[in-house]
Amino acid sequence: MVTHESGGHHHPPTGFIRKYIFSIDHKVIGIQYWFLALFSVFVGMFLSLLMRLHLVWPNLKLPFTAGGVMLPETYLALVTMHGSIMVFMVLTTAPQGGFGNYALPIQIGAEDMAFPILNMLSFWTTFVSLMVLIAAFFVTGGPPIGGWTAYPPLSALGEIVGPGQGTGMTLWVVGVMIFCLASLLGALNFIVTTVDLRAKGMTFGRLPLTVWSWLITAILGLLAFGVLLAACILLLLDRVAGTSFFIPGGLVVTDTVITWHKGGSPLLWQHLFWFFGHPEVYIAILPGMGVASHLLATFSRKPVFGYKAMVGAMLAIGFLGFCVWGHHMFVSGMSPYSAFAFSIMTMTIGVPSAIKTFNWMGTLWGGKIQFTTAMLFALGFVSLFVTGGLSGLFLAQPSLDLYLHDTYFVVAHFHLIMGVAAIFGIFAATFFWFPKMFGRMLSEPLGKIHFWLTFVGVYCIFMPMHFLGLAGHPRRYADTTGVNFLAPLHTVHYFITIAAFFTISAQLIFLFNVIYSLIAGKKASANPWNATTLEWSVSSPPPFDNFGGVVPVVYRGAYEFSVPDAAEDFIPQGLAPEKVGRAH
Amino acid sequence: MRSKRPDAGSTAVALMFSLFLVIFTLATVYLFLAQVWPFSDVRIWFPPAITDFGKQIDSQFHRTLIITGVIFVLAQFGLALTIFRSRDRGQKASYIEGNSTMEFVWTLATVVMFVGLAFYGEHAWAEAHFMGAAPGALMVEVTGQQFAWNFRYAGPDGKFGRLQPELVSASSGNPLGLDPRDPSGKDDVVSPVMYVPVGREVELLIRSQDVTHSFYVRELRLKQDAVPGMTIAMHFNATVEGQYEIACAELCGLGHYRMRSFLNVVSQADYDKWFQDQETALTQ
Repeated sequence: MVTHESGGHHHPPTGFIRKYIFSIDHKVIGIQYWFLALFSVFVGMFLSLLMRLHLVWPNLKLPFTAGGVMLPETYLALVTMHGSIMVFMVLTTAPQGGFGNYALPIQIGAEDMAFPILNMLSFWTTFVSLMVLIAAFFVTGGPPIGGWTAYPPLSALGEIVGPGQGTGMTLWVVGVMIFCLASLLGALNFIVTTVDLRAKGMTFGRLPLTVWSWLITAILGLLAFGVLLAACILLLLDRVAGTSFFIPGGLVVTDTVITWHKGGSPLLWQHLFWFFGHPEVYIAILPGMGVASHLLATFSRKPVFGYKAMVGAMLAIGFLGFCVWGHHMFVSGMSPYSAFAFSIMTMTIGVPSAIKTFNWMGTLWGGKIQFTTAMLFALGFVSLFVTGGLSGLFLAQPSLDLYLHDTYFVVAHFHLIMGVAAIFGIFAATFFWFPKMFGRMLSEPLGKIHFWLTFVGVYCIFMPMHFLGLAGHPRRYADTTGVNFLAPLHTVHYFITIAAFFTISAQLIFLFNVIYSLIAGKKASANPWNATTLEWSVSSPPPFDNFGGVVPVVYRGAYEFSVPDAAEDFIPQGLAPEKVGRAH
Repeated sequence: MRSKRPDAGSTAVALMFSLFLVIFTLATVYLFLAQVWPFSDVRIWFPPAITDFGKQIDSQFHRTLIITGVIFVLAQFGLALTIFRSRDRGQKASYIEGNSTMEFVWTLATVVMFVGLAFYGEHAWAEAHFMGAAPGALMVEVTGQQFAWNFRYAGPDGKFGRLQPELVSASSGNPLGLDPRDPSGKDDVVSPVMYVPVGREVELLIRSQDVTHSFYVRELRLKQDAVPGMTIAMHFNATVEGQYEIACAELCGLGHYRMRSFLNVVSQADYDKWFQDQETALTQ
């Protein structure tokens, strides 16, 4: 079944276009995804900066708001595009399409993904999707307003319900549909590759935890994106073909009776969306968990504590992730009886999350920690994961959602856990694999400055948001003048905006580090971190077919660090037993 | 054994990381205890609840806060301690692959704690949603529309009149589309603000005319989406007189941030007077 579409043996392409643009090499595609995410994250951050400025200085004149002050609809468009770009184009692409693509085949000892041409198509389909989403900024009627969740009937009725509901919203729906297709192709490829292309000796019990996380993420993607695709097709039909999947009858919009729609259910969209949307949270964070586990072991020079428990926890999170979507809908009008089941399932998903945290601590305990920048981000990930996860215990309870739902408490929660923690996973992965990807080291001093400013910064941004939520501040409010009780909270917003300004500025250090290191970074050796997995057994960057014609064989698990009696404090997976040095 | 990496700077970085975690944790705990934003008198906490139900919600919140607070402090301090203790001092790392007993213990502990918390929280939820309003409740129909709230009272006959979408006209004073041919609608009062008598059970029938909105009153500890095509019941019994803001909590378009109204909890006498004034206005 599994054949290499490029022929029996890979030959490196010679032309620029086949080599760097329409490449079928998983390493080039991984780097393409990584650059796509890097571009997107700066776009998304810039949008959030505009939002933060507007919240604090609503009368500020900005050059790109047609010389005037920002209108409420512009603010809501920024909310929508920030969320969509960050969730789809950064949190879904970088961890999986980027690092998964780059490292998974080498880590399992394969010379490429199972379907290289499909892999290329996945990337270019993602690219088209990004272009369609960005085009929504520039159409008449304005960019879409709906948040990244695009609840109908607002998103379904068209321009009659206000600005941003015309072509902009249609482009949003189409862009997301294209993204679903790209993600489905990618997910299939990841699963087949992991199952079929493992090198001799690479049993499932010896897989690096990164590979487990990418595999489980791919399974989630395969099951979740199909549902979102279906939902988006129905929404598109409601918008352009006059169907009424999500639109009930008898609606009156500004004194106009909507006679051409009837019989649909707004809640149907919410069920479909969150059946995708909750697994999507784990699609964003699971690879971060894999990277954190991998790096904590590597840089504390210790085996992963409880490898099987870690794999089991990820499988449990993946499975339970499909049973909890209703916790986004406690106040939606869904049956209040089902809320109980969703609540219990959601609390249960906290258990494998806690197991992971315990095991990370267990991995570090008694280790010999090397504080590389990659490790700092992995440690930051653990702290953020705990902080962001615990607020989930409030939101998992329907009774507390009666107060907290759709307040800034939720904004704080999901930004810490699926936004910032996942981004820390991406940063950790970047500092870890950059030498392998580009053959040069990122600057450690610059990296450390960037880490500290970011770590302190994100906590300063998102911790105060919990308190805005506790004071009852609803989210997606264009400013604080419309409701009296919000006015005093302006001072908290002020603090958050200052923190956001500094934190976003600090990301320019990272950008500079990347550009500088690409050009003049220290040359990377094959294994600069003394790591054990297969990608570190080949040159940096690896040859076109990854192993230079040698067929790798795996002799042991992925985390053989500080093995008693061994000469070195790490034993690579592919090192033959007779070559392992003995301590005297 | 390999020497430590020259760029790893172990003790200073370990100390910095651990200190940051400790300071951050203490600052967070302080804010949760102080409930006031530093260097100001801005309250960053729930306003006082005005129903017995709201006080139950607050108790469940506090239970959850204590459990998560203890876990939060233990986890962040534990991480700080682990990082500092396990810094590179030239030692050899220990070779430990796991411990099944510990895995079992912490799994069981979190199951009991988390799931127990969920069961505890169900009492308040059941009261809000499984139990209906007490008999004799005052019925108020709440309708959301871009970007206003309207509240309808059935009047002396206790019956809401028929609504016709075709008759909706905010400009000519019929924002809900009351059908004048239906006699039971003759005495229906429609108001842009809500009045309720203190200590009286109130049943809300929440609906929307156009897109999804969400009815939210902080002091009631209640939030319910107003979904087009559905009528969703909620109930409360406010025991403290005062004026409270009603905000929209579901993105409904450009005016979402200013879609608000007021809940006035007044004495029975004041309520009767207000209602009488409304009825009088109807007949003029």
